[in-house]
Amino acid sequence: MSRYIIRRTLIAIPTLIAISFVIFIILDLAPNDPTGSLPLTVPGDVREAIREALGLNDPFFFRWLKWMRQMFINEPLNFIESVFNISIGAGEDRVRIVSWSSRSPVVDTIIQRIPQTLWVLGTAFILGVIIAVPVGVISAYKQYSAFDNIGTFVTMVGYSVPTFFTGLLAIIIFSVWLGWFPSFYDTTLEVNSWETFVQQVKQMIMPVAVLALFNAAALSRFTRSSMLDNLNEDYVRTARSKGISENRVLTRHVLRNSLIPVVTLIALQIPGIFAGAIITEQIFRVNGLGQLLIISIQGGDVPMVQTLTFIFAVLIVFFNLIADVTYGLLDPRIRYD
Amino acid sequence: MKTTKWLALFGALALVLAACSPSDDDATATTADGSTTETTADAGTPDTTEAPDSGMSAGEGGLVTIFQWQAPSIVNPFLSGGTKDLLASSLVLEPLAEYDPSGQLVPALAAEIPTVANGGVSEDLTQLTWTLKDGVVWSDGSPFTADDVVFTYEYCTQTTSCTQSSFFDGITSVVADDATHVTITFDAPTPFPYNAFTTYQSSILHKTQFEGCVGDELAPTCTEENTNPHGTGPFVVDEFLVNDTVTYVMNPNYRGIADGYPFFGSALIKGGGDATDTLRSVLELDEGDYSWNAQVTPEVVAQMEAAGFGTVQAGFASLVERIMVNQTDPNPDLGDQRSEPGNPHPFLTDPAVWQALSMAIDRQALVDVGYGPSGRPTCNIWPGAPYASPNNDACLTQDIAGANALLEEAGYVDSDGDGIREDPDTGDPLFLLYQTSTNTTRQLNQDLIKANWAEIGIDVELRNIDSGVFFGGDQASPDTYQAFYADVEMYANESGSPDPQNYMSGLGTTGQIVSPANNFGGSNIARFDSAEFDALAAELATTGDLDKRIELVIAMNDLIVQNGAMIPLIYRGSASGLGVDIAGVGDINGWDSEFWNIEIWTRTG
Repeated sequence: MSRYIIRRTLIAIPTLIAISFVIFIILDLAPNDPTGSLPLTVPGDVREAIREALGLNDPFFFRWLKWMRQMFINEPLNFIESVFNISIGAGEDRVRIVSWSSRSPVVDTIIQRIPQTLWVLGTAFILGVIIAVPVGVISAYKQYSAFDNIGTFVTMVGYSVPTFFTGLLAIIIFSVWLGWFPSFYDTTLEVNSWETFVQQVKQMIMPVAVLALFNAAALSRFTRSSMLDNLNEDYVRTARSKGISENRVLTRHVLRNSLIPVVTLIALQIPGIFAGAIITEQIFRVNGLGQLLIISIQGGDVPMVQTLTFIFAVLIVFFNLIADVTYGLLDPRIRYD
Repeated sequence: MKTTKWLALFGALALVLAACSPSDDDATATTADGSTTETTADAGTPDTTEAPDSGMSAGEGGLVTIFQWQAPSIVNPFLSGGTKDLLASSLVLEPLAEYDPSGQLVPALAAEIPTVANGGVSEDLTQLTWTLKDGVVWSDGSPFTADDVVFTYEYCTQTTSCTQSSFFDGITSVVADDATHVTITFDAPTPFPYNAFTTYQSSILHKTQFEGCVGDELAPTCTEENTNPHGTGPFVVDEFLVNDTVTYVMNPNYRGIADGYPFFGSALIKGGGDATDTLRSVLELDEGDYSWNAQVTPEVVAQMEAAGFGTVQAGFASLVERIMVNQTDPNPDLGDQRSEPGNPHPFLTDPAVWQALSMAIDRQALVDVGYGPSGRPTCNIWPGAPYASPNNDACLTQDIAGANALLEEAGYVDSDGDGIREDPDTGDPLFLLYQTSTNTTRQLNQDLIKANWAEIGIDVELRNIDSGVFFGGDQASPDTYQAFYADVEMYANESGSPDPQNYMSGLGTTGQIVSPANNFGGSNIARFDSAEFDALAAELATTGDLDKRIELVIAMNDLIVQNGAMIPLIYRGSASGLGVDIAGVGDINGWDSEFWNIEIWTRTG
């Protein structure tokens, strides 16, 4: 298993380099321009000067290699320096990746937003899993019952209806008509008392619920079908005939086997937490990484987009490896070598 | 039994949720009415025992919440990426003079506006001396002097990526005569010398703070300075979250505190979402006080205003939505030569055609559908007083019959009965590719205009392009408004200042014709070529008398409009949503920062 992990990690390195190259090429060929949001009163020669100063006119390879160096050497060194409070080499001269729209380091902005992303999307993800697994289990166990039919209907709706629709619907119902929750997420709220805690919960409920519904839908269908596969296995019949209580048959035997593919699916969905729920974040004005990505794309802020998409790529490759390893650990029949 | 357990669990969950049912008022806790006393104390309110002129004490108003759906990315106007950043900086930084909503220049950091009459401007119009206000201090306590003004000039001219460098065009030197006098010298007589250091695009930076940030290498490294500049304005930045929020607290050294300004002790600019969401927050949900750039269709606005928490107001400046008529041929068969001067358009240069196009448009319908009270039909490129031309108003009435007659007379008849007229010279049907940016209102207007033109026998294909690409200026892209690879295109443009000289000249002089030769850098998008216009523009650049200037601008406007280079459609105002309980805003300012007078805003009731 350890050989397998080492081999996968080594393969990941050229994979990521190739991914960064592809990202770079795509963004380079895209017609967007960082001076596009400037008012039309700014004349063309000023725009050209800005583009020149941002380094847009440098040759492609030069820009890619410069970014690679900044991303793999400068930024990690900077990170280590700031975390451990030490100094490695000439810290001030190290060129960092700078956003074209905010002129501040990209990595700082990303780190600033990670807690918010984890809070809202992490909670939605966990809530989605907590809802999906029991619902899937019960739906499978009581197949074709009323619970199963209603569950199927709700999950189909949750999966088919896009989050921007459910988000807007939630705002109309809960903010405009009922006035229960605020329609936007106040990112400056500091939780230091009961009232602010309640306020934080209130502003989180809608985005979390919308996302949890979406996440839960797919996961519960998957859990249900995985359970159904296992419920018809011979060992279940054997266990029942041996007199084991229904509860223990379900939880100790069927569920554990059914969860194997579900766990791997969950592991694969974790990078999705970060890449976010771009649309939901925009609707509720949560300052997460997804919103940062879409704003940067619209504003032509290439360094930010490159760094963000590369980070997402790293997360996906990493969690793919985790999913494969978890699968191997949980299921003794699987052996990698 | 199993089911009962699950049901019990869900029941308990439902009970818990029901117990958390909210009370009526705290869903809107982000508005200012809640926390007045706490925020005032936190903001470090100065001594309020003096009798203030405003009748109130500075900072007692608590928090004012502003929604800007385009979130600010930086607070330095010279490195800004758009109006969103300029607005964020205008709460902190101030220029020497600013424009009020009617287009009048009023002093901000200057003591008075220099003119020839008061000796501030030299007789030969080449020198201008600003006298600065006495006793102004920066937010860190150090005095504001003429050195800061000189430094601001150096900062922008020595940094190539400075977005406002065109404000300093034509200046040979900026010199500090003493601590309160600055003299600007121009390279030629300049009748309108007030571009530099005026408006929120050209605010003054603190020299001691920004000294180490001059030049392209250093400017982007000064993150702390760029996001928390020292200013002379009513607020200073407290916390800055990139592309999300800016929180401000009252500037403890602001010169208006003794008189009770600003009323609000803190401010918040929250970004994100889109125009409709942010407008709904203010008008329907009372979650904020101001919603900038409310580009929402009138019927949706009417629904929102029915809730009674706020209204949409519009400030008119010089923004005109217009159709540019390509005077050159965009035919793809021409390859590199498409839309180049030297290849005239097959039929759009014929007066009969573009006159008919303009006559057939129902401008009032465009306004009713797309803009409501924040738009007015117009027939002039510059519709604002005193430069508005009275000579073109015939176009305000739609005249389909007249347009059809005009085309018939000129020989454009429909010979094959398919409803589309043909060009008599080439026999080709009259076909127009009509492009604009992707925007709901623009697409609605495109549909209306296409229907209008179908009634006079013109075949139209509609196209819309993402705004970032359309306005992006990428020379390699065929989809920019400068490249103009279409027959007609629609967008809005405006002047950077209430003085029309630069704007009007840029629109029509031959030197500004956009072509690959000048890297698509000019502003004459329609490729209008007229020696008469060039002569008028040259004369305007040297004329100082206001009445004569008005005459010249009207003549230039008439030339462009009456020769078909542009078809003006709608005089658009800057629309913003305002809470009913906010007073002191006055008219929305379309010429300068919409927060130009935020220090006198108050909350009633």
